This record gives sequence, C-alpha cells and structure tokens, in this order.
Amino acid sequence: MKKIRILMAKAGLDGHDRGVKVVARALRDAGLEVIYSGLHNTPEQIVRAALQEDVDVIGVSILSGAHMTLLPKIRELMAKNGMDDVILMGGGIIPDEDKSNLEKLGVKGLFGPGASTQEIVEFIKSEVGKQPQRV
Amino acid sequence: MAKPVSDQESEKARWEQETLKPFLAKNGERCERFITVSDEEIERLATSEDIRDVDYERDLGDPGEYPFTRGVYPNMYRGRLWTMRQFAGFGGPEETNQRFKYLIEHGQTGLSTAFDMPTLMGLDSDAELSLGEVGVEGVAIDTMHDFEILFDGIPLDQVSTSFTINPSAPVIYAMYIAMADQQGVPRSMIRGTIQNDMLKEFIAQKEWVVPPRPSVDLIADIFEYGIKETPKFNLISISGYHIREAGSTAVQELAFTLADGMAYVEAGMQRGLDIDDFAPQLSFFFNSHNSLFEEIAKFRAARRIWARVMRERYGAKNPRSWMLKFHTQTAGCSLTEQQPLNNIIRVTIQAMAAVLGGTQSLHTNSYDEALALPTEDAARIALRTQQIIAFESGAADTVDPLAGSYFIENLTSRVEEQTMDYINRIDKMGDGSILEGVLRGIEDGFFQREIAQAAYLYQQQVERGDQIIVGVNKYAMRDGMRPNLLRIDPDVEKRQLKRLKKTKSERDNPKAKACLDALREAIEAKENSMPYIVEAVKAYASVGEIMSVCREVYGAYREPAMI
Repeated sequence: MKKIRILMAKAGLDGHDRGVKVVARALRDAGLEVIYSGLHNTPEQIVRAALQEDVDVIGVSILSGAHMTLLPKIRELMAKNGMDDVILMGGGIIPDEDKSNLEKLGVKGLFGPGASTQEIVEFIKSEVGKQPQRV
Repeated sequence: MAKPVSDQESEKARWEQETLKPFLAKNGERCERFITVSDEEIERLATSEDIRDVDYERDLGDPGEYPFTRGVYPNMYRGRLWTMRQFAGFGGPEETNQRFKYLIEHGQTGLSTAFDMPTLMGLDSDAELSLGEVGVEGVAIDTMHDFEILFDGIPLDQVSTSFTINPSAPVIYAMYIAMADQQGVPRSMIRGTIQNDMLKEFIAQKEWVVPPRPSVDLIADIFEYGIKETPKFNLISISGYHIREAGSTAVQELAFTLADGMAYVEAGMQRGLDIDDFAPQLSFFFNSHNSLFEEIAKFRAARRIWARVMRERYGAKNPRSWMLKFHTQTAGCSLTEQQPLNNIIRVTIQAMAAVLGGTQSLHTNSYDEALALPTEDAARIALRTQQIIAFESGAADTVDPLAGSYFIENLTSRVEEQTMDYINRIDKMGDGSILEGVLRGIEDGFFQREIAQAAYLYQQQVERGDQIIVGVNKYAMRDGMRPNLLRIDPDVEKRQLKRLKKTKSERDNPKAKACLDALREAIEAKENSMPYIVEAVKAYASVGEIMSVCREVYGAYREPAMI
C-alpha cells in the first residue's frame, strides 16, 4: 500500500513548535511520510507546499489564537486549487465553539492539549482510508 | 541472621539487606522506576551517606552570603514578600491602559505587559503575516502614538514596568525612554525590565528578526546604553521558561539558561564594559513544573552555579554581580484542557516550589490557560493562590526551610553536576568561549534537538502511562466542565489599522525617514544603535519600519526546518 503523505505546517507568527514536532515524529514512527514546513508560513505558502508535495493530509498547528482566520483561509485556497481529496486537520488551543465552526467548514480532525499521538495516527489512517483511491 | 557491619558506609546497605529486602519480598512497589517529569530517577531513600560530600561553608553558605544557595537576602520573605507580578495585555492600547489603571488603583505598582505576535516579531499590524493576530495574544503597538495611549495618565516615576519582548526590545525600550522624556521624568528614575533575551528565542521560543550574532550585538548596544542612561532598569531577563515549555528537562532548562547568561556576560565584556557595571542589572526567569523537589533543587543549584562562575570564571568582585535573582512562572505546559479546575492544584504545587526555592517574583497561571487567555475570575484565583501561600502556609516565615534535607541537598548537587556537564560541553563547542559555544549550538540545532528529544520521550512516557496526568491518562471523564472563555473584540484589528494609517499620514514624514536613514548608517558604521532608535520612535517611526532597517542591514533569519 502507498504510504500516507502528510504536510505538518506552522501557520502565522506563532513559534510554539513543541507539539508539531512531537506529532510529526510520532507519525513518522507510525510509517507515514512526513514533510515539515518549519515556522512562520502564510496560508498561501502552506497550500502551495501541499500541492507541490502531493500530500494526502495537511496538519496545521496554531497556538496563537489565529485559528479562526488562518484555517478558513487555507480551506478556501484548497477549494480554489481543487484539493477536494486532501484532508485538512488542525492542532492547538482551539475552544469547542470554534471547533464546531471549523468542522462545518470541512476541517476534519481538531486535536487539543492532552490528545495522544496514537489517537491522531488512528484518525489519519481511518480518514485517508475513506477517501476514494487517488490516481 | 544479620551480617556484621564492617564500617559506617554500609549502614544503608545493612538496612536494605535486613529490613527492606524481606519487606519488598512480601509487598512489592508501585512501579520499577520512580521518575520526575524530567525522567530523573528518584531513589527510595536518602540518608546522611548521600550528602557526605556537601560542605556547609563551601556549598551552602548562610543566606545573603556566597554562594547564595540558601537565598540572596539574609531574611528572605520575612522582610518583603516576593513580588506577585501577573502578566496582562490584550486588545488595543486602550484596553490595556484601562487594565493597568485598574491594577494601580488596587495597589499594584508592578505592571507586566504582554504584546501581540506582530509586535513581538517586529511587524506592523498591516503586515501580511499579521493577519488574524493583531491584539489577540497581547497588546498591539505600532508607533509611539499607541505607547502614549498605553501609558496615558500613568506617571513613569511611580511604577515599574516589565515588558515581555525580545527581537523588538530595542524599540519598546526606546519608547519607554521617549515616554519618560515626554512626561518630564528623568531617565535615571525609570524602573522596569525588558526580556531582551534573544539566545533563548533561537533555542526555544522562536521569535526573531535578524540572525543570532547581530541579535547579540543589539543586546550589547542596550547594555552599553542602559547602564548609563537608565541605571534602575533591568536590561535583560535571561529566560529558561520558554526552554522548559518547549519540552526540555529541568537540567536542560537550567544549563541552557545559565549558558545564555554567561554568553551575555562575555558579550558585555567584549564590548569593553566592566562586568561589575552591568552584572547587577542582569536578571533571570525560570519555569516551575510539577516535580516539587526537583524544582526546589533547581532553584538552589541555579544560585550556587551562577555565584561560582561569576566570581571564579569571570572575576566579578561586587557581591551583587554574584547574586542570581529570578522571576518564576508556573508551567503552562503542565496545565490540562481536561477537568480544568485540577489545574489550580498543579499551580499551587508549582508556586510552592518557587517560594521554597527563593524566587524574587512570581506569576501563577490561571486554570483556564490550556483553553484560552484567562478570564478575570481565573486570574483572580491564580493571584489568591500566591496570597494563601504567603499568608497561610507558613512557607514564607523562615529562610530556605528545606536546607539540610538529605534528599534536597543530594538532589541540588545532582542538578548542579548535570548542569555543569552541559555547560562544559557548550564551552568545548565554543573552544573556551560560552558565547561562541551557544551560537554554534544554535546554528547546528544542538539545543533544538536536545529539547525535541526530551519532549518526545516525555510524550511517549505519558502514552505508556509511565507519567501519570490526572484527568488525562488516569481518572479521565467523558464530559468535563467547560469554563467561560475570554474572547477578543474583532474590532481591535480594524481600530489598530486605522490608527496606524492615520499616524503615518499625519507625522512629519521627511523627519521619520531621516531618522530611519540615520539608524541605518549608524548600524552599518557599528555605532551604538540605541540613541538613533530613540530618535526614530520620537519621530513616530513604527516598530515594523525600525526592525526593517535592522533586517536590511543584517539580513533576515530563517530556521532550518527539522523534526
């Protein structure tokens, strides 16, 4: 089976990279192909990188409170580029109310503090499994 | 039958053989390894045998005396309690000014300012990357005009203000000086602190504008300028807090922070400054996590190591140069989103460690911080936690109450030893210069790797259940309580953008441009940048414009992405 490819990205000015690095390593240990964007990316840069790397999943980490601006922007750019088969996930400090609004926009998995990396791995595997086979 | 005891060394061995072994054979223990949050293995029992190498005069000393293990003041909190300094800032300068006035009305004289991400990163509110971040994490400051609103009606000779700011520290420091000039307050009277610790930014917090070496040059500019112009102002707060939050162990936090401190001392001396002229204006900032005894040992070891390196390695003669004074904040990363009220208890334990460890000031986190910025109720409970420790627990009534404990003294020595191993390694990396060693370690990703490795190990231990987090991997509940959260007014961004536009159109633009050009020439000529930055802020040049000049001359920094 083809390896799942995921872009792990830090959006905006937020420098909190502990979580994104821990999750990236756990995903790599679980057999995924992980591309890490590094810090301080605009939504445009993230979507461009996801296109270039032909990923199945984009995981965005935001702990600065800008998630309600940045995640919808990324979602919009993904739609514009026809990336309907790419899953957008998020991690960070995201209040429940925002979570349900983001889910309505099509952000698939939102993981907060205390989530286990196992949970995240299983979620990705099951969501990618639901997608139609890509050619 | 008991074996005969040959010498006193084996008293512990005798006990283990005669009393412990048969007991364990019947009862067993909860786990095989007992570890701290930093994966430091803790032994079953400490006895006098474990502190045989500790010499009271040499290693502890009386309080207020070298090497200050027992505290920097003779009577510690019996004279004056630690400063209860709670960090605040949100929205525009209007909102934060109101919060400052509220705090002053209630007797607080120490203000502590949180800035939003664009201000912290040296960007204006209208920069592309500022989208969605204006006024969210702290107060937004673009020009002197915002600063005038922030300190409206607050006389700078009556407050001390702490600014948590790093790459743009020269600009904010310049604005505070310009504010004093405007109010007619002599510069020599202003009191406060700028964080201004760039090395830990590259290591852990990841806020930067220019590369590491010129960042240190700008800090040396502030030292050189500040010891003459603002002698009552702390010019740097050398911080381990963010290193720990990024996932380091207690020892890594201490070792990397002290190494950064030594690097700044070397940078100041290379500038030709006398160590005893600037060392008393250095201060430190540590984290306090859950492992109570390890944290207390860390704070005691910190003072001992700093006193020794300042006197012995760098030859400082003024006892005030030997003293490590520090602020503490409880560990944000220890707080859980699940069952958030449990966080009040965690903060209490962490605050207790800071007090038993002899901190000079303390910020206690609010229980809702794994969810959002704190609400007023949550922030009040955090402050009350400190007051209960101060007035009800008795912890503040005697100096260094845990000194002499077999366990604490042994742990203090162990933390010191492991910290010195790291410092010696950094020293080797820099061929005998800690400054060069730290810069090389940043370039090579040494610090970043050590911290990421510790963070990953911790996460694995949590997932295996080797580290228990109540409410998360033990005693979890399906639906926890969800507290009310603080929301930021979305109009702040619009208001801020409007004011920035207005300021830029109404200021004397040729003058602002001339000030920025003069700054560029000064940096290129390796002159001290501070007098030029003060002139530029007075001409209403913005944070973004001033930091852009630095970026144009020195180049921008981008960290290599590594997992």
